[in-house]
Amino acid sequence: MNHSDIGTTLWNRRATRRQARLARVSQRLGPALSHSCGGKLVATDSAVALLSSVLECGDRVCLEGNNQKQADFLAKALVQLDAKSVHDLHMVQSVLSLPEHLDVFELGIASRLDFSFSGPQGARLARLLAQGRLSIGAIHTYLELFGRYFVDLTPHVSLIAAQSVDAEGNLYTGANTEDTPVIVEATAFSGGIVIAQVNEIVEKVPRIDVPAGWVDFVVKAPKPNLIEPLFTRDPAQISEIQVLMAMMAIKGIYAEYGVQRLNHGIGFDTAAIELLLPTYGESLGLKGKICKHWALNPHPALIPAIEAGWVQTVHSFGSELGMEDYIRARSDVFFTGADGSMRSNRALCQAAGHYACDLFIGSTLQMDLAGNSSTATLGRITGFGGAPNMGADARGRRHASAAWLKAGEQSRAGLTGARGTPRGQKLVVQMVETFREHMHPAFVEKLDAWELAEQSKMPLPPIMIYGEDVTHVLTEEGIANLLLCRTDEEREQAIRGVAGYTPVGLARDKRMVENLRDRGVIRRAADLGIDVRDATRNLLAARSMRELALASGGLYEPPPRFRNW
Amino acid sequence: METLRYELRGSRPVKRVDPVLVGVVASGNLEVLIEAGVPGLCVFQIETSARGFGTIWEAVIRDFHERHDFAGTRVSIHDMGATPAVVSLRLEQAASSLAGDLR
Repeated sequence: MNHSDIGTTLWNRRATRRQARLARVSQRLGPALSHSCGGKLVATDSAVALLSSVLECGDRVCLEGNNQKQADFLAKALVQLDAKSVHDLHMVQSVLSLPEHLDVFELGIASRLDFSFSGPQGARLARLLAQGRLSIGAIHTYLELFGRYFVDLTPHVSLIAAQSVDAEGNLYTGANTEDTPVIVEATAFSGGIVIAQVNEIVEKVPRIDVPAGWVDFVVKAPKPNLIEPLFTRDPAQISEIQVLMAMMAIKGIYAEYGVQRLNHGIGFDTAAIELLLPTYGESLGLKGKICKHWALNPHPALIPAIEAGWVQTVHSFGSELGMEDYIRARSDVFFTGADGSMRSNRALCQAAGHYACDLFIGSTLQMDLAGNSSTATLGRITGFGGAPNMGADARGRRHASAAWLKAGEQSRAGLTGARGTPRGQKLVVQMVETFREHMHPAFVEKLDAWELAEQSKMPLPPIMIYGEDVTHVLTEEGIANLLLCRTDEEREQAIRGVAGYTPVGLARDKRMVENLRDRGVIRRAADLGIDVRDATRNLLAARSMRELALASGGLYEPPPRFRNW
Repeated sequence: METLRYELRGSRPVKRVDPVLVGVVASGNLEVLIEAGVPGLCVFQIETSARGFGTIWEAVIRDFHERHDFAGTRVSIHDMGATPAVVSLRLEQAASSLAGDLR
């Protein structure tokens, strides 16, 4: 660039483009714009016109699709756009949950996708990809995608969901704040446009989650936004095997390392642990010694442990339907605003889980002999949401804790040089029954992920948690402590040694496995002083949804689908 | 339905004559009945709703027998697609009820 160019370079094209979008809206929607809510309110039946005025071909669009809360009304509006005038949108959102999240590709409105998780839409996504209806940039972890919102995937337009808007245009998200703060931050400070759907219009919001100045348009949705109770597990469905595995987790890992700060993955395996703390954990004298601080959604299964005084704090990624009143009444434990309701935050809770927790424990569908695990199965492209961040050693961590130091010492014993430099390590536990439903073995020679990568032309197999990061494998057959394995062969036999009667388990080297057991690399229930006959459902602090509600003193109100009394 | 039968030599005779029954016949579960049988033998008779898992059954049964070495007993199993984990748990529960009755 020479000096004569400086005067002609435009440095405010984002602002100019923003003004052009706003001008189009006021020109086309004039009468549908009201002076209410700081002049941001748009008539409900003009939502489609609003989107078609704001959006330009090729825009990066974040359609707030959370793990739980969904901007469902705006999603329904988006799919009504005419693909002839708005097309090739680039969708950048954490979760694909609603049919509309994929309809935009089928209809030709959008053509490119960057995301984190697509659980319920995974099979359809794989079909659309195979048909060439979209291209996928990458499948991210939550934090990774949020990071890219501020680097090279900044949304031009964001469509978000909030509980209420007030006279000035401030938004209140309610307990399910989730992704909203990070989406709005990235969009509002880069010349983008933020459009919110709200459930209600009020004079004054209980607290301001999004300041009016960061919001451009607000539409009142005809129905409250959809929220999925994803983290509710009915204790009635917890099996004796899960109780046994939970006993081993508490005695063989939590007590062993003195784990105070942790994150639990979703599922019945971890619900069993939560329900065993006030019973089995209490009998081992562990209260106050383990499980004090949590990065966790408000799991109903944690209620008995909270009531028994085990839990000091819980910070959450999102909320959970039915837990609102209980959370309000336990404001010492949960993060609540001055108004009393919870504020969750997925980005901050992911950071907390990654850097400030000593242990992650979660389930998987498949694990190979290197300890790599994945929930990816053939014909489905799902991604892993937050699990890879929770289930990875935090290489940037510098503060010490007893659990972190002990794990680090075990893995570095005998090493020299850079690899022997003292540091801690996060405990990453994969908890899995050797056989899944329909007798599918959880342990395999080769993950389905490899074939999936080939089918979908991915640069890498979609591995949820890398074997390098896994420290313990827990099955009904025992615990394999991979921190103590010194060679690839030892690691392989340690995993085979807890793989039970799966083909992989039956092919173990019996002598080597017994040797690993003598060294404490493999510990069976009996080695931990656990009698398998004690593993009964009577150990669960609550055995049904009703008992959970009772344990909460009637404050927890399970969603109707979970009520059977 | 598939029926499997294993006859294994044992050296710890069980004196009990009252049969022991644990578990339930329900999907993903099973029922184990242990009763007096042929002297010197532990006979396993398995009726299972899931076909084609003979290798796994044999491994589970042999491990159980290695642990307990029962003789003069007959173990009948009605399986409704239980995983090996559940099978082993039920067998241990049944065996523990016999523990006080070893000769």
